[in-house]
Amino acid sequence: MTAPVTKPAPRIVADRLHSPLRRALRSWEAILLVVAIAVFIGNTLLSPYFLNAWNLSDATFNFTEKAMIAFAMAMLIVAGEIDLSVASIIALASTAMGLAMTAGAGVPVIVLVGIGTGLICGAVNGVLVAGLGLPSIVVTIGTMSLFRGIAFIVLGDQAFTGYPPEFAYFGQGYVWWVISFELVLFAAFAVIFWAVLHRSTFGRAVYAIGNNATAAAFSGIRVQRVRFILFLLTGVMSGVAAVCLTSRLGSTRPSIATGWELEVVTMVVLGGVNILGGSGTIPGVVLAAVIMGMVTFGFGLLNVPGIVMSIFLGALLIGVIALPRLLRRG
Amino acid sequence: MGIWTKALATAAVATALMAQAAAAQDVKIALVVKALGIGFFEAAAKGAEEAAAELGDVEIIYTGPTDTTAEGQIEVINSLIAQGVNAIAVSANDRDALVPTLQKAMERGITVISWDSGVAPEGRMMHLNPSSNALIGNTIIKLAADHLPEGGDVAILSASATATNQNIWIEEATKVLPNYPGINLVATVYGDDLADKSYREAQGLMATYPNLKAIIAPTTVGILAASQAVTDAGKIGEINVTGLGLPSEMAGAVASGATKSFAIWNPIDLGYAATMISYNLVKGNAAAEPGAEIGMGRMGTATLDQGNEAAMSDPFTYDASNIDQFKSIF
Repeated sequence: MTAPVTKPAPRIVADRLHSPLRRALRSWEAILLVVAIAVFIGNTLLSPYFLNAWNLSDATFNFTEKAMIAFAMAMLIVAGEIDLSVASIIALASTAMGLAMTAGAGVPVIVLVGIGTGLICGAVNGVLVAGLGLPSIVVTIGTMSLFRGIAFIVLGDQAFTGYPPEFAYFGQGYVWWVISFELVLFAAFAVIFWAVLHRSTFGRAVYAIGNNATAAAFSGIRVQRVRFILFLLTGVMSGVAAVCLTSRLGSTRPSIATGWELEVVTMVVLGGVNILGGSGTIPGVVLAAVIMGMVTFGFGLLNVPGIVMSIFLGALLIGVIALPRLLRRG
Repeated sequence: MGIWTKALATAAVATALMAQAAAAQDVKIALVVKALGIGFFEAAAKGAEEAAAELGDVEIIYTGPTDTTAEGQIEVINSLIAQGVNAIAVSANDRDALVPTLQKAMERGITVISWDSGVAPEGRMMHLNPSSNALIGNTIIKLAADHLPEGGDVAILSASATATNQNIWIEEATKVLPNYPGINLVATVYGDDLADKSYREAQGLMATYPNLKAIIAPTTVGILAASQAVTDAGKIGEINVTGLGLPSEMAGAVASGATKSFAIWNPIDLGYAATMISYNLVKGNAAAEPGAEIGMGRMGTATLDQGNEAAMSDPFTYDASNIDQFKSIF
């Protein structure tokens, strides 16, 4: 009697714990997508005015400009940095555009001045953070006051009005039917930033820096250079948003875009970007932008006071940060 | 192109029909304020409801942003356009930035008027001033001068540096200053209609100008904060706080003597008159054109000037003799 020889069962070591589909379904973006669909259905059921092409088109203006900045901000936060001066960059860029307009500049020059001002502001932040090695949160709280302060010195209680009629296109124009120029720009930037962050070596470097800047530096990534470029990019996108917002308002006041820096950061964090850096995706930010815009619009249609919206967003944000930690415990 | 123009025309006709169907039931009048949660505007909403009750077939939508920003008001107005309201009566945070959105509202057949804080002429059909600016400017200086027979230093604590109405009143006040010999305006500071900032600005004034005899705050938030600052500094009797305030909020200051007298028009009357005018314009009882006389119910008639602006009534002075009568009203 010999004991049957049992062949040892083959040991399978999975290189992925779950299938890509299962991972996608359990991802933050999937949750956001469900929320977005729920918001859409909820709005449709609650208000007879929601499901109308022109109304939805109007509603997109609630988030397009902020989202453009949020794309750049997402990359910055993934890299472990932050820029709180974005709304002040809008104010300064808008003021510079007003000065250019007053000096008789044409539309192309006005637009270039706006984006150029954003670039310069971004460079200032970049030099202070990447060049001098100062913490970005302190630097950009400083430049937040600085940039808007300059705008207030130039304008005081005055406003720039009388932009050329063609300039209105950027914030009020439509490319085709209800598809506004801003919406097209938003979509284009979403694709570009997705490609840069998720499909380029630069994007990999951003993640590497966010996870461990020292390790990234030892791997040959020029950390400070990447950081500088990210601040430049955020400045430029703030300049682009300034062009759109100034065009939409048809005027410039130094108080333009007050409080937007926190709304942009909210959008990014709601989009699943880790505020401590290292993870997050552009599709998440796109979904968060749409959700914030649609919730604002839906609440508006029901004439719900804005403060309820603030409470809702605050609760959502805390939920976003707390949920992963709670799930890990469970 | 052709098919889309047709689709657009159909959509426009459908929207117009829907708007008409709504008009056949109730006239929807939206009262858009600078921000929710401000006593003055809550009182105006009461007046609007009073007018609605008197008219019978009116539904009032009282709404506004959480912060006093133009961007927030634009989001609110966009959602009102989507709801197809019949009239929008707005107290603007920015006279220029709201113009493109309000023009869009007018293009879609909505009656647009501004009240309290105006919109540039191209963005509204008419503007209802609570009083005439010259009279208010004179009143705020007179309030201070009445209690300073020998003259002295006075300072102005205003709302934000970009607030339309405050700036006009201060301009008018400066014009009549030579009529009050001995009254010396030493500074104008801005508390941004924030209680804590206004309080600090008032403290700053007392520290900088030791001979200060009066603080004039042409804003309900500022006057309350300044009277508190004077009380806390133990300077009651030394510095008189005056300006524009709400009786309910100022009753304590009048009782303590920090404020001897202040003025305000009646916001209830203002909300009432704005609603009456909106209703008459929607119903076609009057047209908004220079020289037109538009009925305001119990407030009489508003006569439009060359700029399509009208004044409701004179400001009213409140002091220890009548404050108790009004403090429970608004």
